[in-house]
Amino acid sequence: MTMFLATLLSPLIGGLLLGVIDHPRLAARINVATGIFTFTFSLLLAMQVLDVQSLDAMGGWFHLDAYNVFLVVLTTFVGMTTTIFSGPYMRHELEAGRVDSLRLRLYHSMFQLFQLGMLLGFTSNNIGVLWISLELATLATVLLVSLYRTPASIAAAWKYFILCGMGIALALFGTVLVYFTSSSVLGHGNAALTWTLLHAHAAELDPAVMSIAFCFLMVGYGTKVGLVPMHAWLPDAHGEGPTPVSAVLSGLLLNLALYALVRCKMLVDDATGTDMAGHMMMGFGLLSLAVAALSLHKQRDIKRMFSFSSIEHMGLMTFAFGIGTTLSSFAALLHMTVHSLVKSGLFFTVGHASQAMGTQKMSEIRGLIRHHPGIGWGLLIGTVAIAGFPPFGVFTSEFLLFIASLESYPWTTLPLLAGLLVAMAGLFRFVQPMVYGEPSEQAIDVHVNMLPVYVHFALALALGLAIPAFLAGWYEQAAALIVPLAPAGGGA
Amino acid sequence: MSAALIQQLVDGLAALMLLTSFALLAQHRMLSVLNWFATQGLLLAVTAAVVAYGTDNSELYISAVMTFLLKGLLLPWLLWRVIRQLHVHREVEPLMNTSLTMLVALGVTVFSFHIIEPIERISQLMTRDSMAIATACVLLGMLMMITRRKAITQVVGFLAVENSLFFAAIGSTNGMPLVVEIGIAFDVLVAALIFGLFFFQIRDTFDSLEVDAMNAHLIHRDDDE
Repeated sequence: MTMFLATLLSPLIGGLLLGVIDHPRLAARINVATGIFTFTFSLLLAMQVLDVQSLDAMGGWFHLDAYNVFLVVLTTFVGMTTTIFSGPYMRHELEAGRVDSLRLRLYHSMFQLFQLGMLLGFTSNNIGVLWISLELATLATVLLVSLYRTPASIAAAWKYFILCGMGIALALFGTVLVYFTSSSVLGHGNAALTWTLLHAHAAELDPAVMSIAFCFLMVGYGTKVGLVPMHAWLPDAHGEGPTPVSAVLSGLLLNLALYALVRCKMLVDDATGTDMAGHMMMGFGLLSLAVAALSLHKQRDIKRMFSFSSIEHMGLMTFAFGIGTTLSSFAALLHMTVHSLVKSGLFFTVGHASQAMGTQKMSEIRGLIRHHPGIGWGLLIGTVAIAGFPPFGVFTSEFLLFIASLESYPWTTLPLLAGLLVAMAGLFRFVQPMVYGEPSEQAIDVHVNMLPVYVHFALALALGLAIPAFLAGWYEQAAALIVPLAPAGGGA
Repeated sequence: MSAALIQQLVDGLAALMLLTSFALLAQHRMLSVLNWFATQGLLLAVTAAVVAYGTDNSELYISAVMTFLLKGLLLPWLLWRVIRQLHVHREVEPLMNTSLTMLVALGVTVFSFHIIEPIERISQLMTRDSMAIATACVLLGMLMMITRRKAITQVVGFLAVENSLFFAAIGSTNGMPLVVEIGIAFDVLVAALIFGLFFFQIRDTFDSLEVDAMNAHLIHRDDDE
């Protein structure tokens, strides 16, 4: 309880404090300190939750179970390493004149508010508040995407704002529909939006209304997840914003949207007793995988290229959650973890690479391993990891996903495999010349901090070699939560 | 007042909501768009008040007042100030011609009644008929967003969708819990402020508020879409 409050208050206080601090170097330090505090508190919180299985806080407004507490820790961890990375990165941007100290203040403050929105969203027990938090996190990142005030970044932020605003409005409509049927079961008031109560009474909810609601929720939250065909905002927002923002967008915000979608799926599954929701998620997942894998090949901008890889992986996770067996949910959760770690690490590396080269164009980034061995190796290892080579964790989760799909829907394994191969070819086609090619002369020295990158990759590697028992147990608990109960069950 | 009268009142208000949605789609001038938008906000507040009276729900009075202040007064006034400062209170042109847009809008409305039909069959609430209209208004707001080229009218479309969602919440469920409603109102307010900020950035950067001018920038950079 105290730990829970501390976890939420830390980014709030940090964000407010950073809003008034004008000194860039001090602000960067406070940002890092806030990140470390938040992570420590969330770790202690997770240990508490692990002991008691599930925890209600603040009079039932917040609910922590195995499913969300691990995402909370993941969020605060990636948040913390991003603050460490963003220190030297933003200092370079300041020196290069791409931001001034006022906008740097905005950046720091909004970054922490984004963190707060994320944590509120994950822990909230009310699907209305979950929606509000997701919107809060979105609004904070809109300002971050347009931070550089270049024409392209403003256009990208506008697109992001309008498309996600629209998507999220549809999700709200879905939530209204859920409330429409649940208020006749649970009575008028907050109870009818409280997730734990909804889940316990899911079988009493009207199946027809829940089906229509899920269509809206799927498209709404799906926009935020970046599923094809609602993905148009994602590459632009990732490509034009500052790199630390791309890292948390890809690594964290997409997770929250998917989390929300899965929470809703759990209700719809129990209410309808059919696989409707799962099949929709599988369809969107496979489509995203296919389109993103092909689009990868057409990219010229390095950050856009990796953002298509994010769409591909979010598609994989959506597909895995859609299958809905214990094994596939386990794979999806593991994939969520390793994807967040590797992808944010990759974005850190890409940020350093584009600073060192003064461009994000892949055709002008050459021979990194020669003049910036740290960055070159980082890019290479990260790409190997994200493409799903053993022994990294992405391989493990994708392998589990294959088994799960073979068990339940064997025909899907083929498109799955094809998509992954095409995506892998796309990644290496671009990364290989960037790493090994003839060194270009425009390279400049930058202050590089590769520590967060290597920590992320090492964790992904460790998860690939052996998942610690407590973590595996955690995933299992979470997967068991997600898998639909037998229809007509009623009580959880 | 009898329940039947309230029911008829809400149905009448729902019809007026639909009218404002159509009107928003058909307007050419920026100022009349804003006027209709303000009218829609006021209608919402009245609906909330009527439903609050009919169901004896005191929380709903609070949201009625909130809606009146935020959507009836504050947001239209903010937008009005912005277009004054940007000197753009002249014509706006829809992407498609008006009669075609109206026909599409008609189709969208019929479609909404069709998809909501299974819900209306089960509802016991006195306001159940308004669900289909709310859905239609959501879709019409979206139609407005895709048929307009100016950033400001797109935002009005966005806010009209938000209005319709609120209408769906009061019309079909007698209002969401107050905490959720306050949170949503807060988000809308922040979004509107950010939108306002963007208008100035867009104008300064692109010398116009045309969305096409912005998109050209993205397409120009990477011709992958």
